[in-house]
Amino acid sequence: MAGAAGPGAGPAAAGGDGDDSLYPIAVLIDELRNEDVQLRLNSIKKLSTIALALGVERTRTELLPFLTDTIYDEDEVLLALAEQLGNFTGLVGGPDFAHCLLPPLESLATVEETVVRDKAVESLRQISQEHTPIALEAHFVPLVKRLASGDWFTSRTSACGLFSVCYPRASNAVKAEIRQHFRSLCSDDTPMVRRAAASKLGEFAKVLELASVKSEIVPLFTNLASDEQDSVRLLAVEACVSIAQLLSQDDLEALVMPTLRQAAEDKSWRVRYMVADKFSELQKAVGPKITLNDLIPAFQNLLKDCEAEVRAAAAHKVKELCENLPIEGRETTIMNQILPYIKELVSDTNQHVKSALASVIMGLSTILGKENTIEHLLPLFLAQLKDECPEVRLNIISNLDCVNEVIGIRQLSQSLLPAIVELAEDAKWRVRLAIIEYMPLLASQLGVEFFDEKLNSLCMAWLVDHVYAIREAATNNLMKLVQKFGTEWAQNTIVPKVLVMANDPNYLHRMTTLFCINALSETCGQEITTKQMLPIVLKMAGDQVANVRFNVAKSLQKIGPILDTNALQGEVKPVLQKLGQDEDMDVKYFAQEAISVVAQRLRKLDFPVKDSEVPRAPGAEKNHFLRPRVPGEDTGKGPTYRLHVNTRDTLVQLEIAELVHFSQSRD
Amino acid sequence: MSSSSPPAGAASAAISASEKVDGFTRKSVRKAQRQKRSQGSSQFRSQGSQAELHPLPQLKDATSNEQQELFCQKLQQCCILFDFMDSVSDLKSKEIKRATLNELVEYVSTNRGVIVESAYSDIVKMISANIFRTLPPSDNPDFDPEEDEPTLEASWPHIQLVYEFFLRFLESPDFQPSIAKRFIDQKFVQQLLELFDSEDPRERDFLKTVLHRIYGKFLGLRAFIRKQINNIFLRFIYETEHFNGVAELLEILGSIINGFALPLKAEHKQFLMKVLIPMHTAKGLALFHAQLAYCVVQFLEKDTTLTEPVIRGLLKFWPKTCSQKEVMFLGEIEEILDVIEPTQFKKIEEPLFKQISKCVSSSHFQVAERALYFWNNEYILSLIEENIDKILPIMFASLYKISKEHWNQTIVALVYNVLKTLMEMNGKLFDDLTSSYKAERQREKKKELEREELWKKLEELKLKKVLENQNSTYSTDSILSTTSAE
Repeated sequence: MAGAAGPGAGPAAAGGDGDDSLYPIAVLIDELRNEDVQLRLNSIKKLSTIALALGVERTRTELLPFLTDTIYDEDEVLLALAEQLGNFTGLVGGPDFAHCLLPPLESLATVEETVVRDKAVESLRQISQEHTPIALEAHFVPLVKRLASGDWFTSRTSACGLFSVCYPRASNAVKAEIRQHFRSLCSDDTPMVRRAAASKLGEFAKVLELASVKSEIVPLFTNLASDEQDSVRLLAVEACVSIAQLLSQDDLEALVMPTLRQAAEDKSWRVRYMVADKFSELQKAVGPKITLNDLIPAFQNLLKDCEAEVRAAAAHKVKELCENLPIEGRETTIMNQILPYIKELVSDTNQHVKSALASVIMGLSTILGKENTIEHLLPLFLAQLKDECPEVRLNIISNLDCVNEVIGIRQLSQSLLPAIVELAEDAKWRVRLAIIEYMPLLASQLGVEFFDEKLNSLCMAWLVDHVYAIREAATNNLMKLVQKFGTEWAQNTIVPKVLVMANDPNYLHRMTTLFCINALSETCGQEITTKQMLPIVLKMAGDQVANVRFNVAKSLQKIGPILDTNALQGEVKPVLQKLGQDEDMDVKYFAQEAISVVAQRLRKLDFPVKDSEVPRAPGAEKNHFLRPRVPGEDTGKGPTYRLHVNTRDTLVQLEIAELVHFSQSRD
Repeated sequence: MSSSSPPAGAASAAISASEKVDGFTRKSVRKAQRQKRSQGSSQFRSQGSQAELHPLPQLKDATSNEQQELFCQKLQQCCILFDFMDSVSDLKSKEIKRATLNELVEYVSTNRGVIVESAYSDIVKMISANIFRTLPPSDNPDFDPEEDEPTLEASWPHIQLVYEFFLRFLESPDFQPSIAKRFIDQKFVQQLLELFDSEDPRERDFLKTVLHRIYGKFLGLRAFIRKQINNIFLRFIYETEHFNGVAELLEILGSIINGFALPLKAEHKQFLMKVLIPMHTAKGLALFHAQLAYCVVQFLEKDTTLTEPVIRGLLKFWPKTCSQKEVMFLGEIEEILDVIEPTQFKKIEEPLFKQISKCVSSSHFQVAERALYFWNNEYILSLIEENIDKILPIMFASLYKISKEHWNQTIVALVYNVLKTLMEMNGKLFDDLTSSYKAERQREKKKELEREELWKKLEELKLKKVLENQNSTYSTDSILSTTSAE
């Protein structure tokens, strides 16, 4: 701030002379002149504070004119200003004065930077709703007209977004004018403006009278859809959805369909892409008859388009398209008109196309029924399961449930297994991660026997993967499997294998045992936890690696709630106390945290206190560990809660005091 | 307006979910995917069954009255397009077309009097048929022109020759713009400009020369070309942030600006302030900054009164976080200072040197270094010396501070030199500033505290208002409740 310019000093000093009411504006002026953008930004963001301090009248007469005059700042400041003003109606005295906000927003709607302009338009749209119909015509509509006939493209672009909010409440004469302005923007010289108009065409059509839609919007739509710039044409496709919803079948056929057919065969792939991308919306908008006559052939072309982008977009829509066909004759249509093209796509040269298809193709089985699925779809699924691209295979596997409902997964299991095994051993860990996430789903579909036989070993192998994310996912996977197959299964198949890893020479694997115990203990229940898991955890407290030891502390804290008093008192507490005197700082820290939680639990077992929250352990605010909630704990705030608050607090204090003492004695 | 560009989303959505869990291996994954180095165009879809080409007799073997007819036949033959993505199909026909194109190039460049009025239509038709096509989607949805290898046009073996032919045609002494303007019209130019988005640098290079020739020869198209470039740039700046041919278009503009008549039209000034200056905000500035700075300096050389708005514009868009861009801005400022008039310098010295003082104290040593290099420039030094009483107070605090605090020894050494130079320019002022440095710092700190104080008071004021409001509503409430109780 070297050599900061003087002019700001005056008002600030003026603020100091006792007249409180001068403060806000003085602060604002001073800050808005600051060289530091951040400070200017701060002051703009507190504009509502300033306005509130000034009161509604002075906000209108002093603050807003000041803001209107000083709009030449950095875009970041202007953006904040545009946003603030959208919520300012209350601060200027309510809807009767909403029009006071228009001048600054009008200037903001003309700036170059798109984000500022868009925000100003958003705020203007918001404020327009707060205008009375009279004020709307007196203030808002003239503003829209000024913007629509502005010199530079920015104001005309902004105007496009404002027509639809003022049209419904305007009088007929004004409505005609508004339509006229919109028309001229649709044929503006600047492509930016035509794009803005095209993107608002659908929105505007919705608020127009049907006659005007037919006589005015449709010609505009036709023109925009044949614009020389593909960026304009593709926006017309979006508008098509809204326009089609408004028209009767006959009108649609006569007025819209020629244009839509043309768009589906546009020479620019961007336009064709847009048609493919909006296909479901278009299908719903034009209704079943036109869909069968026109859209299906168009869709076939999109599915064999020369650009992969377009094919992929179309492939994504296959299921939705089929689903939304009229039930009557649906099967025939799909079998004869869609399926042949899908078959082609299964061996497409582009992997994005194949994986787009793989993500929806399974959904067809419910639509086509058992026999067709087995005869026609199954070969496709099997081919995709063997695809060279892992994502295609993954997409198939992730949607297995659709097929299972129809034909049962057994049909697939022979091909499924090699695919799964290959993905499970993929060199890319993200692929492995993805397949792990489908394991619970696969397990429930394939059943416990198949799982034990074929997949169990994979799940165990992931536990010793060299990537942590995989080991972590594998741990969670085990928990979900136990939830599916029950504790007995866990006791027989999972738990022994997990516990054996506690003796692994690699400390990372030993830690995995602990993580598994964390994940499994709650599902496995008290008995298994106390009898099988706890001894292992306790034994690991003597591990030579500190990371293992503090994870023991964490695990004990985690499984504490599942154990009974005897185990806690007799086994857990002594071990934790020993860890609490560990030479390693982290081990000590986590042990102490665990002690306080366990002590809390013990006390509750002795003297059940209903409270909603486990008190924080010392230093715990630094960590955001999820603290286990005691099962059956009551979160209700009955009278008991109030009665016991004091007791609880004292206990906590005692607890902390003891701990502090405890750790001090060690030092 | 984000919806105006679906293609980027199209393919990026298709990048496998398993690969985009986090950011860091994506690039390598993406690179590995791209074995295919060249791409086809969307042009083939419109064609039906492929016609096989049959070789026509050589032009040089034909008699002079047959030649013209044969020339047109060959042009028509070359309108047929082939799929280069399929490297085994139509090999024979492709070779025939290549040979024919070569022959055509040679024919128009070595013979006089062959470009007759009746041939224009066929010539332009052949060129349009070959080069005008919808550019295919980028193979690489996050194509980064600075890092990635461009995807090359597959049909280049033919297209190159067509461009070559086009250029020879335009440059031929027989070429008559008055006839050609019937065919090379606004629509033609519009399509030509769209091709500048081609990812293939070889194609853009040809386009650059072609457009330059057209601008030179077709006076009636000049305003239109400028306006369309304007639109392309605005779209690039405010909508898509993506257009491959910005540098090439700027290069052409550089020579166009050079030829502007004085005084400059308002249209041109508007282009400078509303298009070229905002263009500095673009993400990929490094790709075209040299050309952009050249254009800006061209304007200033034409009309020095533009200096102040230009520098204020640059200061407005000064990069906040990107040091690489900051270095480019400093380079451009130096180019501008090189041609600045002393009277103009006085108008902007204060805001400009405030920025420079921020730059010299940048913790990024390249930024600091670039700014300090200004003091190696004789002309800038002379300007500083003339205005030392204004500039020294602005610069002093930063220089003094970094001479003590900057981590980089090169910078510290440079700063010492600069300080020494400044001291020599006005020793007395320098001493005054040195002695008041501490007091100045303290005053700043105090001001800082005062500001916090002000905000606190404001906060209280607001609270007071809110409380007053609450009290008044509360009292109405209580009145209501008492009345209802009665």
